[in-house]
Amino acid sequence: MSAHAVTNLSRRERWRTRVSESLFLTILDRLFRNSQGVVGLLGLGILVVLTVGAGVITWHEPNAQDAASRFLSPSLEHPFGTDHLRRDLFARTLFGLRTSLGVALLAVTGGATVGICVGFVTGYAGRWADALAMRVIDAMLAFPNLLSALAVITILGPSARNVAIAIAIYNIPVFARLSRAQMLSEKHRDYVQASRSIGAGPVRLIFRHIAMNAMPPLLTQVALSMAVAVILEASLSFLGLGQQPPAPSLGTLISGSRSYLREAWWLAVFPGAFLALLLLSLNLLADAVNEAMSPWVRRKA
Amino acid sequence: MLSYLMGRLVQAIPVLIIASIAVFMVLRLVPGDPAASLAGEEATPERVAEIRELLGLNDSLPVQYVRWVTDALQGDLGTSFKTGQAVTKQMRHALPPTVELALVAYPLALLIGIPLGVAAGIRPRGWFDWGLSGYTLVTLGIPNFLLGILLIWLFSVSLGWLPAAGRVPLMEDPATALKQLILPSLALGSGLAAGLARYTRTSIQETMGQDFIRTARAKGLREYTVVVRHGLRASMIAVITIIALQVGQVLAGAVVIEQVFTRPGVGRLIIDSIHFRDYPVVQGTLLVLVFVFVLVNLAADVAYGLLDPRIRRA
Repeated sequence: MSAHAVTNLSRRERWRTRVSESLFLTILDRLFRNSQGVVGLLGLGILVVLTVGAGVITWHEPNAQDAASRFLSPSLEHPFGTDHLRRDLFARTLFGLRTSLGVALLAVTGGATVGICVGFVTGYAGRWADALAMRVIDAMLAFPNLLSALAVITILGPSARNVAIAIAIYNIPVFARLSRAQMLSEKHRDYVQASRSIGAGPVRLIFRHIAMNAMPPLLTQVALSMAVAVILEASLSFLGLGQQPPAPSLGTLISGSRSYLREAWWLAVFPGAFLALLLLSLNLLADAVNEAMSPWVRRKA
Repeated sequence: MLSYLMGRLVQAIPVLIIASIAVFMVLRLVPGDPAASLAGEEATPERVAEIRELLGLNDSLPVQYVRWVTDALQGDLGTSFKTGQAVTKQMRHALPPTVELALVAYPLALLIGIPLGVAAGIRPRGWFDWGLSGYTLVTLGIPNFLLGILLIWLFSVSLGWLPAAGRVPLMEDPATALKQLILPSLALGSGLAAGLARYTRTSIQETMGQDFIRTARAKGLREYTVVVRHGLRASMIAVITIIALQVGQVLAGAVVIEQVFTRPGVGRLIIDSIHFRDYPVVQGTLLVLVFVFVLVNLAADVAYGLLDPRIRRA
């Protein structure tokens, strides 16, 4: 349907047309029509607001040892109680969440960008570049995710930034393999031949034409990878290899609670609940994205 | 079958070689001179040079790699910087606690996951299916180490029923050893069981809609025979794939769970070695774990061929 044909339609109908013509608007539209998607978006939205606004929401510094006493149970002054160093757990949880979300977001963005480029280019080029890349990707995937991250942390040393790099590196082969498969199924299609015949170069073909059509499964993978990245970040911080004290991360908070379970149950429960809410939201969202994408995936199959 | 087998084996070799190069490079990429860190703070330059020579660090990288791999294949993974012991000796001490944990946790996951998946798959939207959805949601939200902490809080600290930490060898004191294994196994196994159940459910559901199941029912077979002998067997390929992949999660999960329950296993060995910058130990342990994972996946490929004649002839 061309743009001129819709001028007589109502505003609502025009909007529907617009939505149906844009991949991203359609996906968003379907996410809002899916109860899992709504719950996931809502949960994630609340957490993002809490962590971005942490400086305004809480009146305590996350690292200040200024509470009246250690191990205060939850109260109005300290909604989540205080820890063994008289720090406010509510502030530490909100700022810890910031680390977890930030690291995961950076890691997935970085890993997906590099991985997709590698997958597209080698898949398009084929021949020895593709064969070589596939062998390396297979070998990288031979490392279970945590072990691959451990190898990178061994080289770079423990820190939140290096955890982000480690998770990004783990994500490279994941995205490279998926985008290569997409490229292989797209590159011989008619529209690619057509663009090539009117003189489009490889860069334009890959990133302007094929990439747009190969996107849906990659977006689902982004949502899934976010959940995996959050678990990895939390696990590595839990092992003492991520965010270094005194700065908090959900993983270090949970790990720190282990010695004081008898005195202060809240040290484990509140950061744990935040981590659980974050993971659930991401998983529900991943499911909903996957469902929103499935017509495209089916059309390709 | 033999040519199928050889084909899979040939495909695994480049993976093993590249993975071993990656592990080998860990020690070469760390900042600083391994010889200097081994010699200690106040070592003379002569002593450092001597150690460099001893470690063979003056040779070219390919020469070093070949020597490292040849040694590794002969069971020599180098010497720990920290203790001066052979890495293989340290691993021999660290393996039993990890193997015990894996051998209790994973069969537990299989025992819960597969029957639950079958029960949910043959009656979609039935009781078991709803139960599985709830169980899946809980395990997706609670990662293994958090579950471990919560289990300690409930069963060790509040109720005092089970120990929160420690490990005695299974052979010396089976009763205590099993008590110490219950919580770690639950923490490690629950998530894996949910994953298994989900895959089994999907696979069974697909299988049960196929013609040969209708035929089996039409022959008048008992429902149990239809599900187990016909349905489950045809779904085994998918289930074995997920089992092989989950072995990686068992290995990685054990690293974290050993830290939660202070079990002196391979996981603690790796983490302690990373903190102490004891690189040869990290390297040797990673190499062994990755090889185990690749070999398990190779075994899964072989199992496909055994289970499904169509695959080995393709």
